[in-house]
Amino acid sequence: MAKSAVQEFTKGLWAEVPPFRLVLGLCPILAVTKTLENGVGMGVATTFVLVCSNMLISLLRDVIPKQVRIACYIVVIATFVTVVELLMQAFAYPLFLKLGIFIPLIVVNCIVLGRAEAFAAKNGVVASFADGLGMGVGFTLSLTALSIFREIFGSGTLTLPFISTVLPVFGPSFEPFAFLVEAPGAFLCLGLMLCIMNMLGKK
Amino acid sequence: MGDYFLLAISCIFVNNILLMQYLGNCPFLGVSKKMETALGMAMAVVFVLVLAGAITWITNNLILKPFGFEYLRTLAFILVIAALVQFVEMFLKKSIPALYAGLGIFLPLITTNCAVMGVCLINIKEEYTFVQALVSSFTYAIGFGLALILFAGVRERILLARVPKPLQDTSIGLVGAGMMSLAFFAFKGMA
Repeated sequence: MAKSAVQEFTKGLWAEVPPFRLVLGLCPILAVTKTLENGVGMGVATTFVLVCSNMLISLLRDVIPKQVRIACYIVVIATFVTVVELLMQAFAYPLFLKLGIFIPLIVVNCIVLGRAEAFAAKNGVVASFADGLGMGVGFTLSLTALSIFREIFGSGTLTLPFISTVLPVFGPSFEPFAFLVEAPGAFLCLGLMLCIMNMLGKK
Repeated sequence: MGDYFLLAISCIFVNNILLMQYLGNCPFLGVSKKMETALGMAMAVVFVLVLAGAITWITNNLILKPFGFEYLRTLAFILVIAALVQFVEMFLKKSIPALYAGLGIFLPLITTNCAVMGVCLINIKEEYTFVQALVSSFTYAIGFGLALILFAGVRERILLARVPKPLQDTSIGLVGAGMMSLAFFAFKGMA
């Protein structure tokens, strides 16, 4: 395992991009990709938690006893999720309201716990930081791709993240494909995206 | 009584936790390949969710709220749920081994099942009373089980079909879930 930090970072972007290659963390990707703003916001929040918890767990990896490690990881992750919750309430309240219960639910996002167990518990701080950042960015990009598709065709608009400006994409005469912003469309889009990823990523 | 009935219907069908609220999808896709595992998971979720719903409600309204510790809710809930799952596992192993044999391997998975945590948070967000929270936890779990078991049936059929290679496994599973979700979507018209 003598990989450089750069390699740990890039593997999260394509080779092991979380929601597609490792089929983990599907709930947020289905639920918050109605608009681009929600998708990116959720991605950034998850990345923050991933990076912080990966680093802290990697620092503590020799201190945490083996038998209770999962409980320790959950406490660390839950702490950072609470930090994100409070930060978002303070600085991005409208987004916090839109994402609703999905912010506290980052705690049970399998990606975060999965990386803690599979990577941070065995590797150094720098590698864990790179791994967390790579996975987080990969997750954010997947959310972005799916939410751009769903928002443009589902509501005919595009909400720019961070400044909350709604851009009309097709103009007023466009009849939105409303099916896509509802639950069935979410499942269908994700299934087809997975199919495209499989086609592109032939071994 | 009528209110509870309406709440139950809305939790099982209209707001189905898996297909309408998008919670608990990892076990939904993970254990739905075989009917037996789907049944085991469904039962384990019903069992744990009712207990978790009751305990997190008590934690929130009797401990966190009076002392103004609501910002610790996420941390408190996940710890309570994890401890509860561990306790249930030990209790079942000791006193009801037959049930443990059936549910055993699914119990640890439930800690990270976002349906459990999600329903507990919904109970608090909607400001349900204790009885309402119990009813909603139970019926959300029933909805979870219903969707999971139906979907396992669908997936067993898909196994026999010839699916194009890139679409195989999870991908076709998600498309199938989309179709089922469309069917449940019709219940929205009733509400």
